[in-house]
Amino acid sequence: MMARTRAEKRRMLEIKNLSVSIEDTLILDNLSLSVNTGEVAAIMGPNGSGKSTLAYVLAGKPAYKVISGEVLLDGESLLELEPNKRALEGLFLAFQYPVEIPGVAAMTFLKAALNAQRRPRGESDLTTPDFMRRVREAAQALKIDQEMLRRPLNVGFSGGEKKRFEVLQMALLEPRVSVLDETDSGLDIDALRVVAEGVNALRSPKRSFVVITHYQRLLDHIKPDVVHVMARGRIVASGGPELALELERNGYRDYAEEAA
Amino acid sequence: MAAVQETVDRVRSIEVDAYKYGFISPIESDLAPKGLREDTVRFISQKKDEPAWMLDWRLEAFRRWQTMEEPKWARVSYPPIDYQSIYYFAAPKSGVSPKSLDEVDPELLRTYAKLGIPLVEQEILAGVERPRVAVDAVFDSVSIATTFKAELAKAGVIFCSFSEAVRNHPDLVRRYLGTVVPSSDNFYATLNSAVFSDGSFVYVPPGVRCPMELSTYFRINERNTGQFERTLIIADRGAYVSYLEGCTAPKRDENQLHAAVVELITLDDAEIKYSTVQNWYPGDSEGRGGIYNFVTKRGDCRGARSKISWTQVETGSAITWKYPSCILRGEASRGEFYSIAISNGHQQVDSGTKMIHLGRNTTSRIISKGVAAGKSQNTYRGQVSAHRLATGARNFTNCDSLLIGHECGAHTVPYIEAKNAAAVIEHEATTSKVSEEQLFYCLQRGLSAEEATALIVNGFVRDVLQQLPMEFAVEAQKLISISLEGSVG
Repeated sequence: MMARTRAEKRRMLEIKNLSVSIEDTLILDNLSLSVNTGEVAAIMGPNGSGKSTLAYVLAGKPAYKVISGEVLLDGESLLELEPNKRALEGLFLAFQYPVEIPGVAAMTFLKAALNAQRRPRGESDLTTPDFMRRVREAAQALKIDQEMLRRPLNVGFSGGEKKRFEVLQMALLEPRVSVLDETDSGLDIDALRVVAEGVNALRSPKRSFVVITHYQRLLDHIKPDVVHVMARGRIVASGGPELALELERNGYRDYAEEAA
Repeated sequence: MAAVQETVDRVRSIEVDAYKYGFISPIESDLAPKGLREDTVRFISQKKDEPAWMLDWRLEAFRRWQTMEEPKWARVSYPPIDYQSIYYFAAPKSGVSPKSLDEVDPELLRTYAKLGIPLVEQEILAGVERPRVAVDAVFDSVSIATTFKAELAKAGVIFCSFSEAVRNHPDLVRRYLGTVVPSSDNFYATLNSAVFSDGSFVYVPPGVRCPMELSTYFRINERNTGQFERTLIIADRGAYVSYLEGCTAPKRDENQLHAAVVELITLDDAEIKYSTVQNWYPGDSEGRGGIYNFVTKRGDCRGARSKISWTQVETGSAITWKYPSCILRGEASRGEFYSIAISNGHQQVDSGTKMIHLGRNTTSRIISKGVAAGKSQNTYRGQVSAHRLATGARNFTNCDSLLIGHECGAHTVPYIEAKNAAAVIEHEATTSKVSEEQLFYCLQRGLSAEEATALIVNGFVRDVLQQLPMEFAVEAQKLISISLEGSVG
């Protein structure tokens, strides 16, 4: 019982027969998917296939109605939990469109989030010097300067700044499962590289990633262990990294038809 | 949808009862007979040992008040007030004017300590030097103590209760009283002129920068009592003073009336910074009880290049009717109004400012942040006018409203009047909701809905919070979080 062999890898995230609708339109249709501990899983698919819905449903965004199915995070059921409780369980969503919060400095927000996650674990709030040191180190790796952190959260941030700030939060909060929703959208190649390096630095045998993307481009920089193809609200194909390359050549047309 | 639904559910079961200053102090009072007649006015004047001129001034106001009617234009509603069922004077029996802090009734000192206002002149506490603030403590109808008087006197600053000023500085009082808010100004100001009981008086002589923050703490304790205080602050040529006012009251089922008048006067190159943290009892979750806060505050920039700045954080009272204003008479004088008005439960706020540009090159700036939650109604009402001679006058106004839930309302009512073609008046207004996207984003990072709302609201009001003296800004920030307790799920 003590040691696990590689073959018996634990399932970190398990989605079973999940069906979800929004305003009576079915978006996820009996979707099943497993992500192992330490695994980077890419989810690719055409626009409207339900990729972002999946990300939001995992994080507990209101307005989505779960019709059936279940989601387990390290064996614990997620769907009954409030969004903040899911975050405390170690689920992190890097938003495709991070929101602006005027008047709240990015730094203030970081501190509030870190302490909100520490308290339920019985840890004391970080002292200011300790907090500053952690932020400085993580920010440097992502080429984020201190001036940006003094600005109101996401207000006037460029596309690249917004995405880098998402990854900074991920680095500081140390989640067990990170869902990256189209983190590559709106990034030029340099910004893409910085963000990808940030994610790669966080890869560890204890953490899992779900990387949602429309293009193969991101996967040149974040090498996935497995690739899933999503179409019409379900996973229609799974394979190794070569699957992404095939999609790049042939497009999604075949899968879209298959799923119909 | 769920988050909004929860917000609404939580608001329904709202605990405005989270009010932390609702205790009653067991202090016996000396009361005037209930109701308001000419005799009541004479009673108050006699209690305070006032000279004849003061009594005459009161009586004239009283006679005029009898001919006046309550204003009805504000966006607030309440059952008719029976002015004959109120006590117009209540003073602790222990004695009205103790000579020193040692003579103050210990129960009163305990009350203020409980409110976080220690009436001591302690400068160094456990080796740490704290910012010093001189306090005038007004309990029901009388001032019970004023700290740091002697030290202020060294700088030539007069800081005392209004009653004391009438006795000891009659010339100053007679020269300035009623010159900004005439005793005939409006229903509540006229009522106040007739029955005002106490308040603070400040005079800063020419060229003096007041060496510490001045502050008055108003406390209503007695049942069925109205509080009618009067504050008069004069900054003589080139003087500067920063003044803060705070207020609380016990929880009671009946509504209580508070009708204050504040007059500020700045002469050439003088500046007054007046900050208010208003936290009167707001009433319970059903809208029972709470203070009716009908206040007239006005500053007169009488001298050239003088400046008056109002900053208010309004979180309390069942009804707030309050428009701190500036008359910009002196050439190149400046008026500022920074306001945070937060309403929750059944509170009704109708507040704003008036900037009256009379002189050349006068400037004014208005930043108003209204936050409405629960079933409250929050109105900004403001007037900016530039008169014929106000060439080069400039105003900038920014009014933002934030809604939490969907049973509350925010309203903006600006009146703009320019009689001089060379005046520039700008007005910006926005209304927004704490968006579900913002809340979800915060929740996704592990914050509770309550922490998230407090964070978003504090961000929303930040520009104004920064205007408060440092030592009160932190207090105000906490107060904002407490006021919104229970407003989200």
